[in-house]
Amino acid sequence: MRTFIYTFISGFLFALGLAIAGMTMPSKVIAFLDIFGQWDISLIFVMAGAISVYSLIFHFVKPKLKTPLCDSEFKLPTRTKIDLPLVIGAALFGAGWGLGGFCPGPAITSLSLMNPAVLVFVVTMLVGMYIGMYLQPMIPKTLYRND
Amino acid sequence: MQDFEIIKPLLGGMVIGLSAALLMLARGRIAGISGIIEGVLRPKSGEIAWRVLFLCGIICGGLIFSFIMPERFVVEINRTTWMVALAGLLVGIGTHIGCGCTSGHGICGISRFSVRSLVAVPTFMLTGATVVWVVNLYIA
Repeated sequence: MRTFIYTFISGFLFALGLAIAGMTMPSKVIAFLDIFGQWDISLIFVMAGAISVYSLIFHFVKPKLKTPLCDSEFKLPTRTKIDLPLVIGAALFGAGWGLGGFCPGPAITSLSLMNPAVLVFVVTMLVGMYIGMYLQPMIPKTLYRND
Repeated sequence: MQDFEIIKPLLGGMVIGLSAALLMLARGRIAGISGIIEGVLRPKSGEIAWRVLFLCGIICGGLIFSFIMPERFVVEINRTTWMVALAGLLVGIGTHIGCGCTSGHGICGISRFSVRSLVAVPTFMLTGATVVWVVNLYIA
């Protein structure tokens, strides 16, 4: 039961943080990405705030725990090498982020608004994830460097 | 032109960092939203409940805070529906192939000094900036 409360509160706080930060406003996100135009750097401080808090807890509090409070082990990404799928995937994601002004977290946060643009984005994003799962096995294994 | 802000983004970012840290300390997981969603789309046993609850937390939070601070939930943009649909497809495919989005790579990955995230973040910032520049030319 405790684990459910923690994960729910974590999601709840995530939405609060995105809203306070202004990440829930796609026009603000697009202004942040308008590096070659009228750049509004406000949202760089979202990363600064999040990274400062998270990295402190990750590097100084987490090592004191043998296991997570409500689970048997920490499950961290194990891949460490740079490969083409990583770069291509990130490039495609960035293109979509700039095109729509949404990334996954803020889109889910704004879901309850029932705004047509948000709904279109979330549905097509889910479709895109399925397409990604379908396409990934077709990527030549030689392009991956992490097995 | 939007107003430049420092305090709110910084404060909001710290709350996001706290949220991601809570998920790490409680469940030992990376708070990567795209990855959490994918785990629901392609479910494995024991991997569903916490993801659904986390996403419910986000949706409930969004519902409540959109009433408390409606001015932070202005989602109107100068993009056509087709652009938004293409954007969704690109974000879905890209986060799957590239193993993460703004939260997983941008916040958790950078904080962990992950080399992959240190490459992914400038990559998606650069393509995002390029697309915004092109779209602004096209719209103007």
